Amino acid sequence: MNNPDTTPDPNKPHRLPPVAIVLGALFFLGLMGLMLYGVTRSDRPDRDSLPSALIGKPAPAFSLPVLHDPSIHVTDRQLRGAPYVLNVWGSWCPTCRDEHPILTRFAETKRVRMIGYNWKDEPSEALRWLEQLGNPYMVVIADQEGRTALDWGIAAAPETFLVDGSGIVRWKYSGAITQDVMDQQLIPALEKVEQESGGHKGAPDLGAQR
Amino acid sequence: MKCLVGCLLWLCVTAAALGQPAGDPTPLHYRDRAEEARFHALTAELRCVQCQNQSLADSNAQIAHDLRREVLALMHEGRSDAQIKQFLVERYGEFVLYRPQMEGSTLLLWLGPGVLLLGAAVLMVRHVRRRGRNLVNDTADNASQEEREW
Repeated sequence: MNNPDTTPDPNKPHRLPPVAIVLGALFFLGLMGLMLYGVTRSDRPDRDSLPSALIGKPAPAFSLPVLHDPSIHVTDRQLRGAPYVLNVWGSWCPTCRDEHPILTRFAETKRVRMIGYNWKDEPSEALRWLEQLGNPYMVVIADQEGRTALDWGIAAAPETFLVDGSGIVRWKYSGAITQDVMDQQLIPALEKVEQESGGHKGAPDLGAQR
Repeated sequence: MKCLVGCLLWLCVTAAALGQPAGDPTPLHYRDRAEEARFHALTAELRCVQCQNQSLADSNAQIAHDLRREVLALMHEGRSDAQIKQFLVERYGEFVLYRPQMEGSTLLLWLGPGVLLLGAAVLMVRHVRRRGRNLVNDTADNASQEEREW
């Protein structure tokens, strides 16, 4: 052997170079890490939800009838001026029942306007649902056909949006709102919105535009 | 790359557990065969936003019904495939595209496999060359050493 640097020791042939071993180990560890990451995420209730494409963008223009009186229409422009929470629900949606008490408790604090978005529902059944469980919403708008829901990027109920006073979508949650989501996400997001608008909390009167 | 692959795998195994509204049974009406073919080709390239492991064409989720109806309505309005895709991306995000657009965040997804392949090829060529050189050196060795190798 005249070149010991490049020629492997014939007694120990085919030994992998250390670089390959390190790379292989790193790759394996990476896969393990990925698996662990997936497992720790698997109990998150919103694991399937997609990031909303609307965050930071203006809420879509809409004009939808009020559930309790379809002759009145609510538009996105009327809702501007103060933040509002838009909660998508339907009487056909069992998960909406789960979040209902939490939304109700939050609505009772009168912190922000709660707008109900009754999605692809039979009005009579929606009204019965509200009668049975209570109505936490300031106003409920009805989207029976579901066309406007596409503009909002709604995929399933329940979904909840926070829109600021200038009509920009600031936060969205897919799935039932739990107390944790309320305390750790929605309320902080709302606080931020309120701070930016200089503590202006007053909601314009919807009735004025009727 | 690993993360992206992981995310995709992840989405394959998870099923949407959220509620669905009642269905609208009226079937879609195509104007002609060509439109039907175009519609099927387009919806097969779009991902259902609720059952994320299915295409818009395959999914039976109510929102997929609504989106298919909307896609057909947009086609009737004379919008191009690219415009319809843009319509959905604006509302539901890049996620609806099975073939995401080439941009900063998807560069790894697009180029990753090629880079991996290229890297592996370079490593292999180097390895083969080195072994070739070693073999030339080894020809001077005697047969007993060769046997011990095995």
